[in-house]
Amino acid sequence: MNTTLHAVRLGTRRGWTEFLLSLRSPQDQGFYVFVGLGTLGYLWLNRDAEVEGTSLLLPSVALPSILGALLAFGVVIGPAYALAMEREDGTLLRLKAVPHGIRAYVTGQLLLHSLGLLPMLAVIMVPSVFLFDDVTPHDASGWLTFAWVVGLGMLATLPLGMILGSVVPSTQKVGTWGMLPVLVVTAISGIFFPVQALWGWVQAVAQVLPVYWIGLGLRSAFLPDAAAAVELGGSWRTGQTVLVLGAWAVVGWLVTPVVLRRMARRQSGSVVEQARQNALQWVR
Amino acid sequence: MSAETDTQPSATGPAAGRAMGERVVEVRDLRMSYGSHRVLDGVDLDVHSGEVVCLLGPNGAGKTTTIEVLEGFRVRSAGNVRVLGVDPAEADEDWRARVGVVLQSWRDHARWTPRRLLEHLGGFYRPYSTPGRPRPYQVDELLGTVGLEESADQKINTLSGGQRRRLDVAVGIVGRPELLFLDEPTAGFDPHARREFHDLVHRLSDLEGTSILLTTHDLAEAERLADRILILAGGRIVADGSADALARQVAGDAEVRWARAGEHFVHATPDATRFVRSLLTQYGDEVAELEVRRANLEDTYLAMVQQFETGDVDRAAIAFGEVAR
Repeated sequence: MNTTLHAVRLGTRRGWTEFLLSLRSPQDQGFYVFVGLGTLGYLWLNRDAEVEGTSLLLPSVALPSILGALLAFGVVIGPAYALAMEREDGTLLRLKAVPHGIRAYVTGQLLLHSLGLLPMLAVIMVPSVFLFDDVTPHDASGWLTFAWVVGLGMLATLPLGMILGSVVPSTQKVGTWGMLPVLVVTAISGIFFPVQALWGWVQAVAQVLPVYWIGLGLRSAFLPDAAAAVELGGSWRTGQTVLVLGAWAVVGWLVTPVVLRRMARRQSGSVVEQARQNALQWVR
Repeated sequence: MSAETDTQPSATGPAAGRAMGERVVEVRDLRMSYGSHRVLDGVDLDVHSGEVVCLLGPNGAGKTTTIEVLEGFRVRSAGNVRVLGVDPAEADEDWRARVGVVLQSWRDHARWTPRRLLEHLGGFYRPYSTPGRPRPYQVDELLGTVGLEESADQKINTLSGGQRRRLDVAVGIVGRPELLFLDEPTAGFDPHARREFHDLVHRLSDLEGTSILLTTHDLAEAERLADRILILAGGRIVADGSADALARQVAGDAEVRWARAGEHFVHATPDATRFVRSLLTQYGDEVAELEVRRANLEDTYLAMVQQFETGDVDRAAIAFGEVAR
């Protein structure tokens, strides 16, 4: 039996199990409901607003942008928290103690967080179809674009979450190390207002980072071609989207295994015990 | 302990009844320092196949460090270590399949059930199954072994501390390891859970012939579980032997108690046999409620722990070394 393949298979089953458990967990359901209600509420309040320079309504433009931001947020913060927590509660060590366990663990995490996007997309998109006009891709090619942007966007950002979860010193620090940067990046990436409203150098920074491109790609999937006029350069810049997101994905997938290996090597019983002590002591 | 058993000729610990197998753990001159702080200062120890060995020592003596080096979770500063013939620092995943590990303070897989978790983790050992050692354990059989049938389908975060620990042990042995490491397995147990756990360790050792190395700071537990006790203090192994043998080695004054004419007496003497003989010769039938108590291992161990904790590490080690070697 090929042990690597065997471990990947076990990891896949692990990810699937965790996904089902997460769907059944009130905690995770609460999160999805919260995100869904928040987004839908925002869109509902602005349902009659027109986007400047177009005849489009705000929900049509904002929905794909928000989905892009949530995708990036979900696959960065989700794995970051999961990894940091599972280092501290001993999950990782448990897997490290079985043959080829870490490989299966990582496989499971990748699957879990990829699948985790589905309920997130569903709680927003399904009600949106009924609540608002003109909020889905118009044709098959639009849906196709939607699929590849989601896929590529995930490949580009998921490694960032894994790396973050590996290097962050404790779960309590994921907020400062993870949430804050992600929120700032989201704010400058043209999700809630066009990126042109910001200074030139901020626009430049935003275009180096993946969130802007995921949002742009999703808008290109959801909106009519004419809407490209209000984007930077008056185009969807599909080629550049593939290039930038592809570059993030390649770099991410090269760096992640190295960082993960280093993190896993440092795991031991006393590290877990120390983390437990630290978690009990909030004020230091 | 009664006077009669004291007169038996030689130490017959549980270890004496066991055939000594090959060495499954071999440690020579293990050293570990963090910066200038020396935790282990030349530890030598062996575990033989099928043996239950207890690494006993006060908190902070370096028990966990030692066991983590053996588990391959920590890189040592110096020394030679062989576990199942392999240096754990360079061991591969195949070696992992032969070793079981139970660590302190696990709070993982809260949403899973014991059955699900054991099935999942057991799966990793399937490629290592051989006709002579089928791996992994059948989950139902294993749940029975650790006494978790009732809560097999309960969420793990609803298990009691004792149940959770038994689950930890089940995970540690699901791959039918040749060697099992247990780090402070009964910390935080109530007496009942502790007793059940001890039975479990005995079962494992008897049924499977699993070699077991466990750490504890509780002497009573070591006496109850181990074929052989190693006492770790001052970064070194200061005593090595069965509970009985150690007790004999440290025996100092014995305490003789008796009653005569309604009055109770206590007398401390290095030679209890002789004292009792003369006592009986002198008073004969008047002597009642005769009781002889040897200064036991516990007294010596507690004295050592106290010296260790007041910072007198070297004296603690030497004091024990003098009586035990």
